[in-house]
Amino acid sequence: MALLEVKDLEVSYGVIKAIKGISFEVNRGEIIALIGANGAGKTTTLHAISGLIPIAGGSIEFDGKDLAKVPAHERVMHGMAQVPEGRRIFSQLSVWKNLMLGAYTRKDKDGIEKDLEEVFHRFPRLKERRGQIAGTLSGGEQQMLAMGRALMSKPAIMLMDEPSMGLSPLLVTEIFDIIKSINESGTTVLLVEQNARKALAIANRAYVLETGRIILSGDADKLMNDDSVRKAYLGES
Amino acid sequence: MFISYLLSGISLGAIYALIALGYTMVYGIAKMLNFAHGDVIMVGGYIAFTISVTLGADGWIALLGSIIFCTLLGITIERVAYKPLRGASKLSVLITAIGVSYLLQNVALLIFGSASRNFQALIVVPSVEIGSVTIPGNTILTIGVSVVIMIVLTLFINKSSAGSAMLAVSEDKGAAQLMGVNVNKTISLTFAIGSGLAAVAGILMCTQYPNIGPYTGQMPGIKAFIAAVFGGIGSIPGAMLGGIAIGVIENLSKAYISTQLSDAITFAILIIMLLVKPTGILGKKLNEKV
Repeated sequence: MALLEVKDLEVSYGVIKAIKGISFEVNRGEIIALIGANGAGKTTTLHAISGLIPIAGGSIEFDGKDLAKVPAHERVMHGMAQVPEGRRIFSQLSVWKNLMLGAYTRKDKDGIEKDLEEVFHRFPRLKERRGQIAGTLSGGEQQMLAMGRALMSKPAIMLMDEPSMGLSPLLVTEIFDIIKSINESGTTVLLVEQNARKALAIANRAYVLETGRIILSGDADKLMNDDSVRKAYLGES
Repeated sequence: MFISYLLSGISLGAIYALIALGYTMVYGIAKMLNFAHGDVIMVGGYIAFTISVTLGADGWIALLGSIIFCTLLGITIERVAYKPLRGASKLSVLITAIGVSYLLQNVALLIFGSASRNFQALIVVPSVEIGSVTIPGNTILTIGVSVVIMIVLTLFINKSSAGSAMLAVSEDKGAAQLMGVNVNKTISLTFAIGSGLAAVAGILMCTQYPNIGPYTGQMPGIKAFIAAVFGGIGSIPGAMLGGIAIGVIENLSKAYISTQLSDAITFAILIIMLLVKPTGILGKKLNEKV
């Protein structure tokens, strides 16, 4: 059974339908990429899954449970963490406090301590800067903090929204390597990206969104070689 | 003389600071100006008056009863009047807050009448003499209580998990939700704390200026609001600092310039502050990073 199953999802902003009935599934252990141009509805889809915006139709099932009645703040406890677009770290709080807020719903002190060590091991720079105010970190460090913060909730699935945004090519490569290694250590990843090439390179499968509809889906390497995808999203002619 | 003016200014300022904390915390977390906050002080005073004078109970019981009542009142006001307006325009919320303020004043008017009631000191602390300066017991009580409250509040915000949630919500509601923070609960808690502090402020005020009427909360409410803006609205140390500053300025202008002009001076300082540094002494400029 799929870990995350989205069926006929519809989301509206007022009278405008942003998502017009999309269905997709994410299996345990996979990296799934949701690619598409600006305004295709990628972030909207993620926000619907994490509960930040209400859905207008369809259903979202997570771990066999319908999320319709589960408020956003409770979805974390079910094993869902989001690394939001623009990172949205708490810029006035310390790095350490940001990470601790990631573990806000957890009560197991020893487990939290252990995961904090793991996050510091994965992101040594965060350890060096644990006492620093998060707003003073560089863009790449903030992205790492946002990922570390999400990991602190010990999620079954991580929803990642445009992790490459605003970063230098070198850092983008680093971030994607980290996503891959997070996945390899057992966390399922749903990745939303405009950088289709990078996303397809690490994903198992992918869905292509266009103005609120899924127009194409399949194995990532197949999509990578699909002519229409190459033309529209990989910048080739 | 200067020392005693200064001390009574600090003591008045401590009361403003307690009220300002409510303004600033609610602003920081719910992003609204709760103009009914000043009237909660008045309610706190009346409750203490009722418990101690009408029912004849001990001063400390009156204090406790008043805090509990105001805390519940704050939660109720938020639930009934402001929560349905979450996501509405700021103007609607502001007007609702003014409406709640009038409602509280008029309910007090209905129950207690327009004549102001005299208070007997709820809690008596003996005055202390240091050299040639006599420090009145009220001053010691007010400053002592305020300092303890501010320390406890600072620890609560910075060390407890609920405090972290408040900090997170004040910066980014959506991201806080993604961490698992229940935003509605956090807002309720903020109103509860703010109103509890207003009750304490009300009682300390009535102990210093022993009478209470339906409009008693207005002026201190406005001055505490000035204090919050002066210190930087949304900033907790700012509210403490702003409160003390406004209290001292008010008292020293009364002593050395003019009693009639003291309020004008306080308001003028707010205007100057807004012109020179609109974010207040400790207010942070919102820096948006893309």
